[in-house]
Amino acid sequence: MALPYVAAILFLVGTIQRYRATGFKVSSLSSQFLEGRRLFWASVPFHFGILVVFAGHLVAFLVPSGILAWNSNPVRLLVLQITAWAFGLSVLVGLVGLLARRLTEPRVRMVTTPMDLVIEILLLVQTGLGLYIGYAHRWGSSWFAADLSPYLWSLVKLDPQITAVSAMPHVIQLHIVNAFVIFAIFPFTRLVHILVAPFHYLNRPYQRVIWNWDRAAIRSPKTAWSATRPRNN
Amino acid sequence: MDVRAQISMVFHLDKCIGCHTCSVACKNIWTDRKGAEYQWWNNVETKPGTGYPGKWEDQEIYKGGWEREGAGSIQLKGAGKAKGLANIFHNPHLPSVEDYYEPFTYNYLNLIEAPPGDDQPTARPVSLITGKPIDVKMGPNWDDDLGGSPDYARNDPNLEALTPAEREAMFQLERMAFFYLPRICNHCLNPGCVASCPSGAIYKRGEDGIVLINQKVCRAWRMCVTACPYKKSYYNWHSGKSEKCLLCYPRLEAGHAPACMHSCVGRIRYLGVLLYDADRIQRAASAPDGEITRAHLDLILDPFDDQVIAAAQRNGVPDSTLKSAQNSPTYKFVKQWGMALPLHPEFRTLPMLFYVPPLLPVMASVTQTDGAQKERLNPIAKTWTDDWLYDTSTEELWGTIEQARFPLKYLASLFSGGDEKAVAQPLKKLMAVRIYRRWKTVGDIDESRVDEVLKDTGLSRDSAEAVYYLTALAKFQDRFVIPPAHREQALEMLEFTGDTRGSQGFGFLERPERGA
Ligand code: SF4
Ligand code: SF4
Repeated sequence: MALPYVAAILFLVGTIQRYRATGFKVSSLSSQFLEGRRLFWASVPFHFGILVVFAGHLVAFLVPSGILAWNSNPVRLLVLQITAWAFGLSVLVGLVGLLARRLTEPRVRMVTTPMDLVIEILLLVQTGLGLYIGYAHRWGSSWFAADLSPYLWSLVKLDPQITAVSAMPHVIQLHIVNAFVIFAIFPFTRLVHILVAPFHYLNRPYQRVIWNWDRAAIRSPKTAWSATRPRNN
Repeated sequence: MDVRAQISMVFHLDKCIGCHTCSVACKNIWTDRKGAEYQWWNNVETKPGTGYPGKWEDQEIYKGGWEREGAGSIQLKGAGKAKGLANIFHNPHLPSVEDYYEPFTYNYLNLIEAPPGDDQPTARPVSLITGKPIDVKMGPNWDDDLGGSPDYARNDPNLEALTPAEREAMFQLERMAFFYLPRICNHCLNPGCVASCPSGAIYKRGEDGIVLINQKVCRAWRMCVTACPYKKSYYNWHSGKSEKCLLCYPRLEAGHAPACMHSCVGRIRYLGVLLYDADRIQRAASAPDGEITRAHLDLILDPFDDQVIAAAQRNGVPDSTLKSAQNSPTYKFVKQWGMALPLHPEFRTLPMLFYVPPLLPVMASVTQTDGAQKERLNPIAKTWTDDWLYDTSTEELWGTIEQARFPLKYLASLFSGGDEKAVAQPLKKLMAVRIYRRWKTVGDIDESRVDEVLKDTGLSRDSAEAVYYLTALAKFQDRFVIPPAHREQALEMLEFTGDTRGSQGFGFLERPERGA
């Protein structure tokens, strides 16, 4: 009941607090330097898979009517389901690879924190559940849009309507609960690197020059340059 | 004209004795930490050799630097917006720890604590990453002094420029020669590392051109490691941040020379301000292949020119910096005398560390003689043993340069993107100064010959004397002309840093530790 809200608060407050207090530690913490070959076969399927799967959930949440309209044609429904499932499988393959690499490569183990394992296992459970649900409880894209999206929106409107959810099979409930758990611990894991994804790279010039002080202003006796902060820290 | 100041360096390779004092000085100050053990912001390589990381010059492997495309625009070879973001989950061109070496220490405690037994206790090497015993296969200077030549020296990427016969000639035992190549970050004008950083964590300081990585903003996307063709940006596997040479900026701001330069035993290092025209950087970096060195050197402006001075002042360059630029030893070597060249200009990052190419192995040649021939040799020549002639004759003015033990092609591949004329010039000047000094001190050379060589190289007697002074006698203040940092104006520099000693970077209030 209260879990979604606890999760949301932890997510928001935790992220802000983490960034403010220990911003230095926000990093993707890549271990490719220590082991690169196995990482390729794990990291790439995982990341591309989860980007698509997450985007799918997000679209179904935001524009359920669009999904339902798309699904009105059975062929299109099938295409959507199979695509989603395939990317889910790619996530699973990637995650298993990542976890195996983490546990068996001695160098990578040295840079593994307990939280890395916790989050990887939670994600693994989540992906396994998702794939099972996709297979056993068809057609997920339709009932997500029809039943879960309203539930999620009711959460947003601070008026939780859980009847639809409580009537669902336990696996689906577990999937939902696990999702909120992941959100709740998000700020305390390496997942924070998602929030600093470098999209701003696309619209900046390649070279960056930073001046500690404004060169023109500093020569003018009229400007109060001493009140400004340096721009590179 | 957008005049800016750059703190630049000149390394005089003739003087480097390969002692690695510079590397150790740097290591002790900056990289004596977990995750940075393998990093040598300053390293010294033996040439010919593969260097550190192995074969770093081979951009077919590492994809560093910029590439010129048909239309004359340049692109990062292995990074950039499209390639960098597409490869962000796994960078196919990232060197791994094996390409450098696995950092190790020895289990010294075992020497003391081993229980009594029949065998002498040993200190086994253990990995600094895993703590487990390892077989050490590689170190940062494994190929020192041509050690392991078949594996290292013969795989030097610069040998590509030579014919197989020339290559064989270089490795004949009697002709074997080598020199040292100390390397630090070049603090480039068109840095690949800055351009490749998706987070925008790397920047060039406007005031002095030092290229730095903001440790707080770095998120370990590790593109800079690929994009720097000199492999001078390193990934700290422990903290999850990339790091690089910072030209000891805290020392520079306090008026001290960088640690590697201060400690340099051979006194090969010079540091000073160069003024350059930032408006022309892009054009210079995209110059056609053969013209890149000239375009690069053309960026550097004359600090005595009134127009340059006026433009610099308009740009806020302090007068004290202008004065340093006028006294700069690097300006003398690079522009005034034309004796120093950038390392691998064809990488197009416009490096601001210049090298005086080495002449030493060229000076003498060793030939087998029949003892009788000795009598007929000119008086300057010396005999080594009865049958071997160690010939230091300077009679053949430029012949010795063309028949150098290092084929000019090899040096050209290092210092001028293959342009042999461009490397021959500084070598001739080095030779000319020697001939001039020999005439002055030993007196066994004709004055007319001296005038001839000086005229040929465009040096006056005064400048030859000045080259000699700066090469052989220069004092600390001559070698390092450090512009005042104007701490009173630069707020960044006022931050108290004492509390973060022994840690990473400056200006933190947070302990720089690895995240979860
Ligand atoms: S040498 Fe490499 S790390 Fe240094 S400024 Fe140039 S590109 Fe960047
Ligand atoms: S300290 Fe100087 S002489 Fe010694 S290796 Fe370094 S650059 Fe060469």
